[in-house]
Amino acid sequence: MNKINFDNKVIEMKNITKKFGDFTANENIDLTVHKGEIHALLGENGAGKTTLMNVLYGLYEPTSGEVFINGKKVDVTSPNIAIKSGIGMVHQHFMLVETFTVVENIILGMEETSNFGVIDIDKATKKVEELSKKYGLYVDPNAKVQDISVGMQQRVEILKALYRGADILILDEPTAVLTPQEIEEIIQIMKNLTEQGKTIIIITHKLKEIKQSADYCTIIRRGKKIDTVKVDDVTEEDLASMMVGREVSFKVDKKDPEIGDVVLEIDKLVVKDNRGLDIVKELSLKLNKGEILGIAGIDGNGQSELLEALTGLRDIESGKVILDGKDITNLSPKEIMESGMSHIPEDRQKRGLVLDFTVAENMILENYHKEPFSQRGRLNHRIISSFAKELIEKFDVRPQNDKQIAGALSGGNQQKVILAREISNDPEVLIAAQPTRGLDVGAIEYVHRFLVDQRDRGKAVLLISFELDEVMNLSDRIGVIFDGRIVDIMDAKKADEKTIGYLMAGGGAEDESE
Amino acid sequence: MNQNKFIETFISIALGLLVGALVLLISGFNPVEAYGIMFKGVFSNPKYIGWTIIRSTPLILTGISVAFAFRTGLFNIGAEGQFIIGSLVATLVGYFAKLPPIIHPIVAILAGCIAAGLWGGIAGFLKAKFGIHEVITTIMLNWTALYFSNFVVFWKPFKRLNRDASERILDTARINILGKWKASEAGKAFLKNNSFLKDFLNPPINYGFLIAILVAILVWYILKNTTLGYQLRAVGYNRDAAEYGGININRNLIVSMMIAGAISGLAGATQVLGVSRETAVLAAMEGYGFDGIAVALIASNNPIACIPAALLFGGLKYGGSKLQPTIGAPMEVINITIGVIVFFIAMPKLIQMITSLRGKKRGVKVEDTK
Ligand SMILES: Nc1ncnc2c1ncn2[C@@H]1O[C@H](COP(=O)(O)OP(=O)(O)OP(=O)(O)O)[C@@H](O)[C@H]1O
Ligand SMILES: [Mg+2]
Repeated sequence: MNKINFDNKVIEMKNITKKFGDFTANENIDLTVHKGEIHALLGENGAGKTTLMNVLYGLYEPTSGEVFINGKKVDVTSPNIAIKSGIGMVHQHFMLVETFTVVENIILGMEETSNFGVIDIDKATKKVEELSKKYGLYVDPNAKVQDISVGMQQRVEILKALYRGADILILDEPTAVLTPQEIEEIIQIMKNLTEQGKTIIIITHKLKEIKQSADYCTIIRRGKKIDTVKVDDVTEEDLASMMVGREVSFKVDKKDPEIGDVVLEIDKLVVKDNRGLDIVKELSLKLNKGEILGIAGIDGNGQSELLEALTGLRDIESGKVILDGKDITNLSPKEIMESGMSHIPEDRQKRGLVLDFTVAENMILENYHKEPFSQRGRLNHRIISSFAKELIEKFDVRPQNDKQIAGALSGGNQQKVILAREISNDPEVLIAAQPTRGLDVGAIEYVHRFLVDQRDRGKAVLLISFELDEVMNLSDRIGVIFDGRIVDIMDAKKADEKTIGYLMAGGGAEDESE
Repeated sequence: MNQNKFIETFISIALGLLVGALVLLISGFNPVEAYGIMFKGVFSNPKYIGWTIIRSTPLILTGISVAFAFRTGLFNIGAEGQFIIGSLVATLVGYFAKLPPIIHPIVAILAGCIAAGLWGGIAGFLKAKFGIHEVITTIMLNWTALYFSNFVVFWKPFKRLNRDASERILDTARINILGKWKASEAGKAFLKNNSFLKDFLNPPINYGFLIAILVAILVWYILKNTTLGYQLRAVGYNRDAAEYGGININRNLIVSMMIAGAISGLAGATQVLGVSRETAVLAAMEGYGFDGIAVALIASNNPIACIPAALLFGGLKYGGSKLQPTIGAPMEVINITIGVIVFFIAMPKLIQMITSLRGKKRGVKVEDTK
């Protein structure tokens, strides 16, 4: 437990209501946060967590309600006011300038200048280094943002907020894109920060992290506050059921697989990364009908490039991919799709969705040219709309409006749109990359059931995930990827976390080379 | 939301006129008087209205051309060159081809469109194949078009004697409304008693305006209701997602530039067949393409909105041209005033466009404008 000063309410939000048109995203929400506390916000996708924090940070103006910061009523009409009041926010999706260095990003808009308005980078670098030492936020000040890992980008975002004098930090799903190791680091960082008197509000869907780090947790369901609880007093199951309003099962129920013939064969695949170096190195793999094959591995070992090569988005240098007896090596994405492969991409905003399209338009992204969605080059809006409505209903996308712009959906609901589209293709092989990233536990349960269902119907699923728990729970077989190769494949029932962890870190590869 | 946009546009027009007034004031002219002259210069006589429409017609089309390309994520600076190619080819066909009326202009227009479409397609092809930015290639193609056109006009069988222009197109190729009838005895007699029509038909009123309106509707329809439009918009909004969805990016880039080129070419062709009847030797660009960029900006890249936007722009230009003879305002001051007005109208849109593009990159949710 942190040293919380209960007499010092740093944030008090009272009766906050935020409407978007007719839709109420926040309804009379109260939130109190004390100095030195880590306060978690928990809620389903689209519950209104990000919206509430955007109100606090001055990005949205509340329809009604009041905000008190350090006991004083503040009209937070812009982020500038929030920053002046000591609030810093790290968004769900990073906002860094890729071609700038770490220091340049941190000081952006607050540049230290010497005489004649020349930016004093050395002075700034020193200041950044001091901050980073003080809070244990290791960064390389002179590296370009495009060259550093996601975990470090996160630390840059936090430093950016601290550099602006933030005492209260809002972190919106900071761990969704991190590897397990990086998650442990960030939890440690949060503890360092609160020890030094900072206050943190964190949004996360991972109950484990809440248990590990937070002192208090406020649960929001469909825009309304359900309760604020002391984390030590509740179990993960309690949290989950408060959030969804029903019992949630964490274990994936599945019967034994009925494994059929080989449906996807990857033979000695070589793929280059963006810098032109081999990153997938003679990788071979066989996927059978009726199974879920999980690929475990640390980010950067060739997973993304493998996916892109399989789905036609990246060139294959050598090797072969055979789908259902047909050679699909280096075919176009469309041809591959039509051969029976679908793909849930790992980056939903980059690949998965056209954010400016409506939900309905996104639902037909791969099939817009087919009947009944279009005839002789003309779109049939009526059929598209009713098709989209059906999927929205079936996959519980909220709000249930097929004319909604996809960019206005909450992160989790965006993911549901992609899932709905891909699964409705009824593919022979479904490639699922981080399919539950950013989803709430209720939705995760749902996605897992869909993937298992797919396999029970005799289809094949290739699951790629950085969440070891997910891979272990869901897969029938587990392959471990390291340095562009599958170093081992094992029966999921016999797999244990320790062995996999050892292989993921390169343990197996060293043995082999000896 | 639409109402909001409308009010926004209205406010920016008012603001633009205000700052334009300031420019006039600084230059020593009475803005009230000047605006009065401009207003009268457009509306006081049916003839003037006719001229305004004629001046606006090519701008509608080049505006649509730019707007269309922009919806696909391409910045078509090349409308100018495509316009030149369209006029040149339409003049060639209009002069050399011996065809019956009705067929003749259709063939000339189609030829102009196709040539300009291919011309625009070059930029699309270079982008798709070698990744060369279309801004650079279209600017270069503009100059290439200009000099190429001059070169062809100087070709002996085509050049008119003692004139820095080509031969005039044949009468069979003209697209003027009631052109023959106007000049006939019966027409003259009729118009004598009907002064409104007489004035309105005095300028070379032609089918170009109707064609432009049809094209606006057609383009709007294509973008909204066809699979082609769907693809083009997907590529414009998010290339990565479009690629992932199986859409052929390169083909769409080329198709988009070809269509944009064809529309600008159509502007050139109708201008020749309806108004100028010839291709003159050009010392510099005439600016139809560049004005099209401003029109597209004012219209927020909506093809239908390009019609009022171009009328506004054309009206300002035509009205502005009356200031020189009346109050002796130099053309520079007039152009600055018009420029300032357009700048203020287009500015908020430009900012919106830039911020929405940046927001998209960073994946920020844009708050609904209700
Ligand atoms: N700009 C907007 N315009 C319209 N509706 C919006 C806008 N932003 C959010 N919403 C809606 O408000 C609701 C709450 O969204 P919010 O982003 O706050 O959810 P969240 O709790 O952060 O979910 P997630 O865990 O999936 O990120 C959603 O239904 C969303 O569609
Ligand atoms: Mg969110």
